[in-house]
Amino acid sequence: MEKSTYYNPADLAKFGNITEWQPEMGNKFFAYYAEVFKEGALSEREKALIALAVAHAVQCPYCIDAYTSDSLQKGADEAQMMEAVHVAAAIKGGAALVHGVQMMNKAKELSM
Amino acid sequence: MKSLQARHALLADTGYQLTVLSQADAAGAHLPAFAHKLRETGLLPLRPTSLRVMQINVGKMCNQVCKHCHVDAGPDRTEIMTRETMQECLAALAQSDIQVVDLTGGAPEMNPDFRWLVEQISALGRQTIVRCNLTIIVANKKYHDLPEFFAKHQVQVVSSLPHFSAARTDAQRGEGVFGRSIRALQMLNEVGYGVEGSGLLLDLVFNPSGAFLPGSQASLEREFKQRLLREHGIVFNNLLAITNLPVSRFLEYLLESGNYESYMEKLVAAYNPTAAENVMCRSTLSVSWDGLLYDCDFNQMLELPVAAPAPQHIRDFDEAALNARAIVVNQHCFGCTAGAGSSCGGATT
Repeated sequence: MEKSTYYNPADLAKFGNITEWQPEMGNKFFAYYAEVFKEGALSEREKALIALAVAHAVQCPYCIDAYTSDSLQKGADEAQMMEAVHVAAAIKGGAALVHGVQMMNKAKELSM
Repeated sequence: MKSLQARHALLADTGYQLTVLSQADAAGAHLPAFAHKLRETGLLPLRPTSLRVMQINVGKMCNQVCKHCHVDAGPDRTEIMTRETMQECLAALAQSDIQVVDLTGGAPEMNPDFRWLVEQISALGRQTIVRCNLTIIVANKKYHDLPEFFAKHQVQVVSSLPHFSAARTDAQRGEGVFGRSIRALQMLNEVGYGVEGSGLLLDLVFNPSGAFLPGSQASLEREFKQRLLREHGIVFNNLLAITNLPVSRFLEYLLESGNYESYMEKLVAAYNPTAAENVMCRSTLSVSWDGLLYDCDFNQMLELPVAAPAPQHIRDFDEAALNARAIVVNQHCFGCTAGAGSSCGGATT
């Protein structure tokens, strides 16, 4: 069957399969991953919202799918989730704009 | 929104609901049978541990029409327990070791004999839990003194509040419900409910407002406590995280939103053998408005009665026979065994 997209939502559930070809590294990654998302200095909800923001920053559709569900599951509401996306947008936009200082420095260096 | 029954919806027929739950998905694949999973866990047939709770559904009448209601309750539902059936429940209670009576509905307070029943349970020295939807307290002047009445009889109040934000609560329970629920919670707090040292227990129920499972109960409880105290000055004792079961109006929502298959897959994937061992039906008996006996409130709403030879009606109550019964299971039971487990008392693991 011809695929119309590189991404298939059903593949998200197969994430665990990455351990098949490299069990040791894969298992260590998932153990670390599980540890990261446990409640600690940050609550589970706060971690889910950070993950949601990062998912948007790296534009990973699998992560957006997973952490939208996870944020809801952990008690976040729509306003919090959209604010998390805006944090990602602000950082992404800010990261581009702050390089404007470099552009200005270079332009000044080259200009009379 | 109206009840399935008022809309003459196909899903008002419990036989149709059971057919949907047993069907293959669009790709022709069947979910594993719940009974098969129980057999793998070594729990088939599922037997009671010991009868601890009598959950009495005193009627389907309710002042709300929540989207996720497994009872299909609403203002149009006229099924209501009579005082005669209540007396049969009390007679059974008197000859049993059951210490807790869990009153549910509908809005149980709308039953005209509700207060009488609570007084009789009190007189028997048993603990009463009321599943109060909160808005009933402020719905009509005749209910305004419910907090004082509950306090007088040391009733444990268990109330649904799906979220600490108005938008998510109202999306599930109806426009304006959040505001009225907050007012009712403040009234309960005023008489001591949820206040440390008062002995008056106020527990809140978190039901996911959509096709997802509840997160960690302990973590959600901390969030709810912080937000409700900070924003509304409200205190409560415990948060009970309850999974929505694919029954009645929540089943309708799943089907209409296209989430049914993925939700069932989530439940099956999250099957937890420890949660299966701790399912509430092993220590609960569910009595319907007309006195018929069920293993749980969900089986009651699907009209799956307790298996013979156990007695079928509360008037024939026989604790030994009930403790020896095989509990009736079906595909909806995956809702109680997913993740941390789910029961009327919240997570089970």
